[in-house]
Amino acid sequence: MSMETTLEETSSADSAAAGVDESEVPRVAEPEPEPVAPVGFLVDLPAFAGPLDLLLSLIRDEKVDIYDIPIARIAKQFLLRIRVLQLNDAAEYLELAARLLRIKAQMLLPRHGEAETWEDPRAELVRRLLEYQQMREVVDILERRGDERRSRFARAYLPEAGEMALAPLALSLGELLTAVDRILRVTKEPTVHTVVARTLDVAGAISMVRRLIATRRNARWGELVARDAEPWQILSMLLALLELAKQGELRLAQPRPFASVEIEHDSTGEVA
Amino acid sequence: MIPLAKLLEAALFASARPIPADELSALAPDASPAEIASALDTLREHYDVDGHGVELAEIGGGWQILTRAEYTEAIERAQLAARPQRLSAAALETLAIIAYRQPIGRTEVEEIRGVAVGSILKSLQERALIDVVGRAEGLGRPLLYGTTSLFLEQFALRHLEELPRADELAIALRPSPQPL
Repeated sequence: MSMETTLEETSSADSAAAGVDESEVPRVAEPEPEPVAPVGFLVDLPAFAGPLDLLLSLIRDEKVDIYDIPIARIAKQFLLRIRVLQLNDAAEYLELAARLLRIKAQMLLPRHGEAETWEDPRAELVRRLLEYQQMREVVDILERRGDERRSRFARAYLPEAGEMALAPLALSLGELLTAVDRILRVTKEPTVHTVVARTLDVAGAISMVRRLIATRRNARWGELVARDAEPWQILSMLLALLELAKQGELRLAQPRPFASVEIEHDSTGEVA
Repeated sequence: MIPLAKLLEAALFASARPIPADELSALAPDASPAEIASALDTLREHYDVDGHGVELAEIGGGWQILTRAEYTEAIERAQLAARPQRLSAAALETLAIIAYRQPIGRTEVEEIRGVAVGSILKSLQERALIDVVGRAEGLGRPLLYGTTSLFLEQFALRHLEELPRADELAIALRPSPQPL
């Protein structure tokens, strides 16, 4: 793309941005201003994909040999262009500009020693430029193939990711009624549970615990409740233990989660 | 056309994505791979020779029926289908680097392109053209990216090897420029 086009785009973006500033003022029959990128940081100009792209196009325009870049001239041109393109606040362009100036300085230094040992300060830049240019070649290939593919349509139907669309229902009224009848027949007889209230025997459990801890200092939950105990027996014992612990007759402890509860005769509580 | 070619045609018509060879084989368990291949040839010839508006394309490791390029404009003008958007130059550059150097980390892509690519990687990943394929060894174990089958599909590539090898490109990298 030519530089003129780029400049045009820049200035049109500027004027559009100015339009945004005036948006407080009511307008009559004027279209909404196009949303624009923030002014002053127009980095992603369509013309250049990055500083290396700009440098390459410069080398092409100046018709210089990539293996023997006249670094002073190119550095000057590069700085000029990033100023014109308002790219001078984009760090990536500045970084390459700085690199160019550094190479320029290195080229000016007197060379010591033999010519064989002297390493061209431009070597690294040339390597990067060639690598970049090679990649641009691949971009051309991808662009061509992408256009080829884009110019042909595939079937547009795409199932939702991970799930197939449900097949449309094919159902007669008779089938529907049969299904309803079947469901009604299956659910005709509701199962009625008879709930029988069982009284808990907390007092009995309390006297049992008292008998046990009267003779020993410690007991365990497992000794108080039989393995095949009924739920009402377990609940009675639990309430009895909590009650006795509240009254201070014993202490409950559980060394770790899900371990058996240890019951300890609390002598202090007895004294009190 | 032979029945097998018709069966394959029906399956390819029903699918919006290219169908790989093994899935085509699953349609006709009795058919050998050679028979499938010859049935596909029959179908392709049928489209090409008899003059159809569609063609059989081998893309992204599978086969797909596509409309012919000459009808694209008419279809688009009638708003029956829309061409997918073109990728920006920056996105294409990033994609090109990943296609050749995968698995590759963000830093290496940025070294070659000379610009930050974080947001481009994200949008390419959202478009399912690239995906994270692993993590590199070393500091911070950075994510490594690679191209997906959708990448092959959208660039009409049968497989990655269809892209020219790095040394086949016009500008093959020299080991190092000759000292002056």
